[in-house]
Amino acid sequence: MKTTTSTQTGKHCLIELKGVTKVYGEGPAAMHALQGIDLRIGQGEFVAVMGPSGSGKSTCMNILGCLDTPSSGVHLFEGIDVGKLSRDERALLRRHYLGFVFQGFNLLNRTSALENVELPLIYRGTPAGERRVRALEALEAVGLTGWETHTPGELSGGQQQRVAIARAIVTNPKVLLADEPTGNLDSARSREIMKVLAAFNSERGITIAMVTHDADIAVYAKRIIRFFDGSIDSEEEKPGTD
Amino acid sequence: MFSETILLSLREIRRNLMRSSLTILGIVIGVAAVITMVTLGRGATAQVASDITKLGTNLLQVRPGQDRHGPGGTHSTGDMFKAKDAEAIAQEIFGLSAVAPIASKTIQSIYGNENWSTTVTGSTNAYLQVSNWLIESGRQFMESELRAGKAVCILGTTVRDKLFGGQNPIGATIRLGKLSCNVIGVLNSKGQSSFGTDQDDFVLIPLRMLQRRIAGNSDVSRILVSAQDGVSTKKVEQDIEQLMRQRRHILPGKDDDFHVRDMQELVSTMTGTTRVLTGLLGAVAAVSLLVGGIGIMNIMLVSVTERTREIGIRLAIGALERDVLMQFLVEAVVLSSFGGVIGIVLGISAAAVGAIVLAVPFIFDPGIIVIAFVFSAAVGVVFGYFPARQAGQMDPIEALRYE
Repeated sequence: MKTTTSTQTGKHCLIELKGVTKVYGEGPAAMHALQGIDLRIGQGEFVAVMGPSGSGKSTCMNILGCLDTPSSGVHLFEGIDVGKLSRDERALLRRHYLGFVFQGFNLLNRTSALENVELPLIYRGTPAGERRVRALEALEAVGLTGWETHTPGELSGGQQQRVAIARAIVTNPKVLLADEPTGNLDSARSREIMKVLAAFNSERGITIAMVTHDADIAVYAKRIIRFFDGSIDSEEEKPGTD
Repeated sequence: MFSETILLSLREIRRNLMRSSLTILGIVIGVAAVITMVTLGRGATAQVASDITKLGTNLLQVRPGQDRHGPGGTHSTGDMFKAKDAEAIAQEIFGLSAVAPIASKTIQSIYGNENWSTTVTGSTNAYLQVSNWLIESGRQFMESELRAGKAVCILGTTVRDKLFGGQNPIGATIRLGKLSCNVIGVLNSKGQSSFGTDQDDFVLIPLRMLQRRIAGNSDVSRILVSAQDGVSTKKVEQDIEQLMRQRRHILPGKDDDFHVRDMQELVSTMTGTTRVLTGLLGAVAAVSLLVGGIGIMNIMLVSVTERTREIGIRLAIGALERDVLMQFLVEAVVLSSFGGVIGIVLGISAAAVGAIVLAVPFIFDPGIIVIAFVFSAAVGVVFGYFPARQAGQMDPIEALRYE
């Protein structure tokens, strides 16, 4: 592994952060979560964001996920200045281009795996028949065929996270954002989840940005960005690994 | 998308069945109360109208004295009428079907060991006509009996029941005070009036008998006049006033010392009163509907808080503010409409039972059902909007972090 300062991968640039800061609160109590981040993520990349608690990596993910906007600086998604978009426009961006996987799975309780996976398609206005077919495909892709009717409460942690991944990829998003996707899982389950994610990245070319603090998990990524105190501390790229 | 939202809300309601039922209880009670009150109120109004109609149609009542209310109102007593006044009315005024002079007295009636205090009304056969009385058994007065003031009487059913029980009274001799009197007939029953008095509690005797042998004078305390169908009671009223002024020698410019009252006016006054009461009761019931709406808002707020995470998930994967708002709004409306439907069924059932208990007609009005349903749905919209907006405006990041 080598440490680089260059972030240019030569691929089509999908997401770009330029001098992004994020400040919570005002006056002396203000908390500077991000202090001028410059970051480019290209099409098809698999980026792991690492760093200790409070280093700003989750804030950065929220901005990348269009859930939050920078206090200053520019966040470009496919050349669109996300910071200038309205709340609903950002929601539409998420609806059509982004997929999310969370640490706590965040599935709808008492709702079957199939219905959970169908949920983003409902908001896209996909007809019921097509929705079902695509949801079944997505569940098959994460190896959960036969578990469609089970509710999250009836599934193990690993299975729940796979349902969440199926829900994230069922729309064929451009970017999949994963916030500590293995944080609640044991190491064996974590490796399974990472293999699933890595497969989607390499086989379907879905760009993945993932936050983790586990070095064993980060190795699945092709590029690792380390945060420290609201700034990017270092980046390393692993050519030749997948 | 909209049908999805309705399905979703139905599923959500089913999931919290217990809570949902408790939530809509307020609406159920409110709607049921409104429907029961209004339906019974309409029944009572119809009852009052028909009761007063039973007193006689196209009926006018002439009484001595003048009741005037309002500022400077005076109460004057005029001289009593005489039987001649009634005869004059009958002869001189056009378009009348019957004129009944009436005098009455409260008296003890006795038969065997039974005795009963009742009203003795002295009049003629015309009384039966103007007041819509039918002879149930026996006969009415004969001309000779009326002229001679013979001691014969016709009983109201209450008096018959009190004195004779199940026995046939025709031909029996009862005592009215100190007088012996032969029973020649029994009237049909009219039951209670809407004022709560027993209309069947009286004995009818010839006017002359009452005047001479009971009252000891020749007074007539009121005259009931019934106009023919199609004759304006207003016109008849004016004619009678004019005639009586003449007969009582009232100078022009002086006030009448008698008054003529059109019973049709009484009908509209009385039904107007019950209608106002119905409105008031309905308004009180509507307040409980409002309280029910607040109950829905309360539970929806709890539900929004409880489902913060779900809202966060939906917002994160691309739901717009209005998608989430609609979801919760539809849920509130579906809930309150459910409550409305159940309340309508309950209310109609309660009104049907109440109509039997209160002995008023059950008047089914589809309009009130439509209004109740629309209103309950509107309650859902109004009281569901605030919690739904709160849900839609949540910050997805905060919502996802919510434990």
